[in-house]
Amino acid sequence: MTEDFSALLDRWRGVKGSVIPLLQQTQELFGYLPVEPMAEIARATGRSPAEIYGVATFYAQFRFTPQGKHLVKVCHGTACHVLGADNLDTVLEMELGIRPGETSRDGLFSLEKVACLGCCSLAPVVMIDGEVYGKLTGDKLAGILREVRGKP
Amino acid sequence: MSNRAEIAVGMSSCGIASGARVVFDVLSRETARRKLPYAVVATGCIGACHREPLVEVRGADGTRRLFGDVDEAAAVRILDSLGGAPSGLEENLIPPDAPFFARQRRIVLANCGSIDPESIDEYVAHAGYTSLRKAVTSMSPEQVIEEIKASGLRGRGGAGFPTGMKWGLSRAVKGAKKYVVCNGDEGDPGAFMDRSVLEGDPHAVIEGMAIGAYAIGADEGYFYVRAEYPLAIKRLVKALAQAEERGFLGDRIFGSAFCLRLHIKEGAGAFVCGEETALMASIEGRRGMPRLRPPFPSEKGLWNLSTTINNVETFANVASILRMGGAEFAKLGTAKSKGTKVFALAGKIRRGGMVEVPMGMPLREVIYDIGGGIRGEGKFKAVQMGGPSGGCVPESLIDVPVDYDSLTATGAIMGSGGMVVMDDSTCMVDVARYFLAFTQNESCGKCTFCRVGTKRMLEILERITQGKGREGDVEALEDLAQKIRVSSLCALGQTAPNPVLTTLRYFREEYEAHILRGECPARRCKALIRFRVDAARCTGCTLCSKACPTKAISGERKKAHVVDQGKCVRCGLCFEKCRFHAIEIRTGKDAC
Repeated sequence: MTEDFSALLDRWRGVKGSVIPLLQQTQELFGYLPVEPMAEIARATGRSPAEIYGVATFYAQFRFTPQGKHLVKVCHGTACHVLGADNLDTVLEMELGIRPGETSRDGLFSLEKVACLGCCSLAPVVMIDGEVYGKLTGDKLAGILREVRGKP
Repeated sequence: MSNRAEIAVGMSSCGIASGARVVFDVLSRETARRKLPYAVVATGCIGACHREPLVEVRGADGTRRLFGDVDEAAAVRILDSLGGAPSGLEENLIPPDAPFFARQRRIVLANCGSIDPESIDEYVAHAGYTSLRKAVTSMSPEQVIEEIKASGLRGRGGAGFPTGMKWGLSRAVKGAKKYVVCNGDEGDPGAFMDRSVLEGDPHAVIEGMAIGAYAIGADEGYFYVRAEYPLAIKRLVKALAQAEERGFLGDRIFGSAFCLRLHIKEGAGAFVCGEETALMASIEGRRGMPRLRPPFPSEKGLWNLSTTINNVETFANVASILRMGGAEFAKLGTAKSKGTKVFALAGKIRRGGMVEVPMGMPLREVIYDIGGGIRGEGKFKAVQMGGPSGGCVPESLIDVPVDYDSLTATGAIMGSGGMVVMDDSTCMVDVARYFLAFTQNESCGKCTFCRVGTKRMLEILERITQGKGREGDVEALEDLAQKIRVSSLCALGQTAPNPVLTTLRYFREEYEAHILRGECPARRCKALIRFRVDAARCTGCTLCSKACPTKAISGERKKAHVVDQGKCVRCGLCFEKCRFHAIEIRTGKDAC
């Protein structure tokens, strides 16, 4: 257990409704939710591990396996869907060799399909490492992915 | 502030994604280097998202000039022409009487894109927190509630429950401790009003929420905001700290006995948490599953205490209502829908963005006069309103006024304000499938009909879009829809069939074309279409074969190309690329 994580547990000890923020900040710390911290969270909040897993698996945000170096979120909101988000899926699969929910073998990319990023007037959009790329075409996306791949 | 010259850059998520940060940096650097008497400032969403990045030059004399599609070069040209007539900017200049702005009436968005959302001073300079001061120092909670009742304000989250009545019910509940909650879990795909308001004018939402808390007697509250909106959360955190520092939140606000503490809870990605009982379960740190009402949250809410929940846009109206008076506000809109409504215009529309119009404006005006109609060569087919709980309004009903009741009569709903415009290249069966896939995935699983029924509906819709539809499928969909509607606990399940029911009501022939003839009239459903090269038009430029991700297109340079149907995944990249209209999409018998 890292020091940071212990500090996190201390900060939220005894606070009402602390489970979700605790899970969020734990994920921020480790990049995912590893087994041991989950048990610690259960102990710290006085709830059973099953209950904590029940909460964590309910929400789309939480991951239980490590994430790739770059996180690609492809938006499937209504506007993006209407403007051809599924064509971007094809490009992503071809370029990265993975499907939504997977991480590439080299550990460089994780691909996620998300409901809506709320940038509908720029549809179709993709978010890479928190940055939104809008008004995409297949070509443009392929170029962006190659650029991201080359980043240190 | 209006007495100094400034250059404002729209820095909402959309603006930043379009390159506003680079423009902001260039403007700041160059303004400093040239020692120009202008302050370069950031502002929220100006609304004309189709022209992002947006820059507004505000002269000390009150003149305003708005520029769109500003890149680095245009930013420099803007600085070059300061003080004189803009030159080389004809394409960028957006006149103040541009139809996109001229038809709007801005109450909720009054400050959005005008003030710096990260500066409480600017909010205060625009009459900010005067309504809260007025409420807590000179009005009783009952008087506040009466004012809101007089305004006729109804919940902007979609359901349209009268806000004054909700507050009155909460006020009447006896209890030492009450909570107020702002629902910013804007989950409808295709909606971004709440994000823009939180990013562009967070203090207006805080002020409205504080007035609400005073009216009902709450001393603690939560903002519940989607984690997908990091910028909105960041600005809200900052705004809360500023408001506390100024004494607009905290103990003894404006010297009165009223105290209020507000916290932020980030959502964790569950659409159902937009439902109020699920939202409360989530704040408490549990799975976000709805429960039976009654008891309503006003009686038993967070930790079993009285809780009042309103949407972001609802709260954003409150301070304005106290400022202008409930009766004045009620002059706007229709008999039963008062005030304005903010819409997020997106999809196949020419001028997409954030618009605010008086209730009762015909849908046609919103889409054609403000939005400029369909983008590209397509023909208007429908507008989707209300997301997965709503429906598609067809062309024949486009003169319907936007108010709660008229929209409900079409089978769609007002919803939270997402408007996604569709043209003849949009397949309505595919749209119905899309929404069902969404609700099916987001169903919390508590009610059998929502959990299993939506799955069965989705299977049928998938079958139809794959050309494997059978006779009786449409009837089975209608039967399931009815059962899911009456057997689900919360609005997610009750409204899940709406996208299917409205498309069946207005576009039944599209379902029949898929089922009976194996045709997708919009040429969209991949299993029912084939891409071909029209040899007469193909110039052999090879653009398509280079773009094809599966190397399905071959041919010699300057000679007609061919598509290998075995390799083609029908992604449409070749169609996108071809400059000679030589790629055809065929469906039905023509496709063979």
